[in-house]
Amino acid sequence: MKPNAKNSRGVVERTLASIVDALEHAFYAEELTKTNGLLQRIDPRVKIVALLPLVVIAALARKLWVIVALFVVAVAVATLSNVPLRTLAKRVWLGVLTFSGVISLPALFLTPGRTLYTLPLLGWIVTAQGLRAALYLIMRAETAATFSVLLVLCTPWSNLLKALRVLRVPIVLVVVLGMTYRYIFLLLRSAHDMFRSRKSRMVGRLDGREQRRAATASVGVLMSKTLQLSGDVYLAMRSRGFQGEVHVLDEFRTGWFDWIMSAVFVTVAALALWFGR
Amino acid sequence: MHIPDGYLSPSTCAVLYGTAIPFWYVAFARVKRLLNTRLVPLLAVVSAFCFVIMMFNVPLPGGTTGHAVGVGAATVVLGPWASMLAVSIALLIQAVFFGDGGITTLGANCFNMAIVGSLAAHFVYRVMAGRSAITSSRRVLAAGLAGYAAINVAALFTATELGIQPLFFKDASGAPLYAPYALHIAIPAMMLGHLTFAGLAELFVSGGVVAYLQRTNPVLLGQKPSARVDEPRPVATSVWGTTRPLWIRLALLMLLTPLGILAAGTAWGEWGAKEFSDPQMRQQIAAASGNIAPPSQQPQGLARLSSLWSAPFPQYAPPFVHRPAFGYVMSAVFGSGLILGFFLLMAWVTDRRGGGAPRASP
Repeated sequence: MKPNAKNSRGVVERTLASIVDALEHAFYAEELTKTNGLLQRIDPRVKIVALLPLVVIAALARKLWVIVALFVVAVAVATLSNVPLRTLAKRVWLGVLTFSGVISLPALFLTPGRTLYTLPLLGWIVTAQGLRAALYLIMRAETAATFSVLLVLCTPWSNLLKALRVLRVPIVLVVVLGMTYRYIFLLLRSAHDMFRSRKSRMVGRLDGREQRRAATASVGVLMSKTLQLSGDVYLAMRSRGFQGEVHVLDEFRTGWFDWIMSAVFVTVAALALWFGR
Repeated sequence: MHIPDGYLSPSTCAVLYGTAIPFWYVAFARVKRLLNTRLVPLLAVVSAFCFVIMMFNVPLPGGTTGHAVGVGAATVVLGPWASMLAVSIALLIQAVFFGDGGITTLGANCFNMAIVGSLAAHFVYRVMAGRSAITSSRRVLAAGLAGYAAINVAALFTATELGIQPLFFKDASGAPLYAPYALHIAIPAMMLGHLTFAGLAELFVSGGVVAYLQRTNPVLLGQKPSARVDEPRPVATSVWGTTRPLWIRLALLMLLTPLGILAAGTAWGEWGAKEFSDPQMRQQIAAASGNIAPPSQQPQGLARLSSLWSAPFPQYAPPFVHRPAFGYVMSAVFGSGLILGFFLLMAWVTDRRGGGAPRASP
């Protein structure tokens, strides 16, 4: 296939694909939050207080085995929370491995240190320090990404946002984040429709210039729609009595299970912090 | 350009969160003052828009495609402060919900793309567009270049943050703990991709959006829409009110000065005369200078001039302070105090000369 042909089909379709991907991810997460796994049963506030420190500690640890151990904990928690490992592998691990793997590959040769292996033919030297550097990068990225994905996959977004109040996040931000999330789907839908209708009217190929015009015009249309929408939303809110004050219902209740689990997570975090020094 | 978790050390992340917070605070205060009750819906919908356009594929010359951040377009239409907030919120949702960019590195990503990007785009657009007509092609060019500049300045900041990691953070065996490439590799590697592809994607989106809005909805570009925040500022009610963010930033920077202790050895070229005769220092100097041995004797000029002035706080700490970190903070307070004192004195002198002319005019 000629590169041009691939490209002219690609732009509209690739944008459509990434939009559909985002929607799929959101729906999948919503389905998963309804199951009865370990993380799903814990108070969202406990989850935030338990999982976010683990992300930070994975970044703090100065020993490789501690990071690997944290990764194992993440996998165990995922299994207990009904998150299929295959999904994690497909959605998180593979992507992180590809990205960080490519980034850290030259570090194997560029980091000065003890010679571990010399590539035949090329004569490039893999150093022990280079290998460790690459492993640090990949394992840290994988572990942190797994913990943060678990937090999102096992908690409805609205509950996660409300639980952010425990971190003293300003209430306005919580409300804005909630609304942003809602309107992302509306705008994704609009963008999706625009690209679909464009695609349905296309019979030939567009050259590069035309494609760019199409893409930027879509952004322009979406921006006009956005500003129009924000005005409409504002008027709708005003007509329902909105005066700038925002209130959030606080309906979380912590039970004995939450306390036990927070103790477990705090212990894991403390151990990782101690051994990872 | 979204830095994932694990690429930056937690201390770097903390510093960048700390740097971003005053900007968020000021941006929020400014946008709120203008929008009042409109703030919540506008910010929410515009953030959603920023999120969605980060997904658009933009075709680039040469048959490839790229993603734009949209910070150029957002800044041109909304102004730098609203753009800063909207892009930050979009980045937050990307990081938390879609795992694009890390949670520990969110402060860094917001600082690079949302804050630095918006300010760079605003500056370039203002300078380039000047007072040209709303529908002039100069504005399209200005917006394009604003987007291009924003992405490249943001990339430079990102590369610098990544590049300083191996300088400071290594494990016992000398292996870098975080991003492994030093500045001389990180900066060219990062900039190559952004000066060409990613920068172009942003250039086309920013320029294209302005060209499109000129044809269809010039009101958004010309008149100040509800979201534009660069309205004439109301006259300040108090000096503290307007300068508070600056004071907070200054205090923060003072507290961060002990970071200097992290740097091993002396800065290149800042050697004292005595250090040329210390064998250990000579080794360090040679190592830092590409293994070229320093001259065997102290340079004569250096020896002669070094006795002319001896600093009251040698090595950033007065002799009676034994904790180096405290010494650094004290030096920072003392140094900033001297500079502020100097300017206060200047202000006082010029004020007296001006014969007490009214200070603020509406």
